[in-house]
Amino acid sequence: MQSHFGMMLLFSGFVSLAFAVLLRDTAQEQVRLGAMLFAGFVGSGFLLGWLMYGFPL
Amino acid sequence: MTARRKPVHAPETSPAILVCTLAWLVPGAGHLWLGRRQKGTVFLLALPLMFLVGLWAEGQVFTFELSQPLVALAALADVGIGLLYVIVRVLGVGDGRVVAVTYEYGNAFLVVAGLLNMLVVADAYDIALGRK
Repeated sequence: MQSHFGMMLLFSGFVSLAFAVLLRDTAQEQVRLGAMLFAGFVGSGFLLGWLMYGFPL
Repeated sequence: MTARRKPVHAPETSPAILVCTLAWLVPGAGHLWLGRRQKGTVFLLALPLMFLVGLWAEGQVFTFELSQPLVALAALADVGIGLLYVIVRVLGVGDGRVVAVTYEYGNAFLVVAGLLNMLVVADAYDIALGRK
């Protein structure tokens, strides 16, 4: 896979899963926290990507 | 005030240091030993898989080079994955390909998998002591 977006999704998925399972005890809480973390990672990735778009190297 | 959950094995029968060692060597093994099957199974599958994705993305498993402090720190994080690090070094894979498009992504996967396992070890330690 050479897609930056795909790698970001994969990375976000792994990290969200690990933190959700580590920090919450019930499956319902884990799913909720995992979804929030995943959305946060992907959302902030998009935001930073667009912010950097205005500052090419 | 929240009630603390008792570990399946009392600290005296499963010394915390043994649990930590086991948890470090095999991600999730500490939790499985302490009876936290759901968490242990997730860590057992997810963290090695994340490490393998890092290898697949042609990331580099760093070795300790004290002359390059950042490389040494990355190696320390990589070692966090435990036995898998040793296996990869023995097999001679994980040299990485710097010109690969996904090289830096691979490094991120490898380093973060090791760091997450360090957190898992700390969590297993707390459970072994009856703090969680």
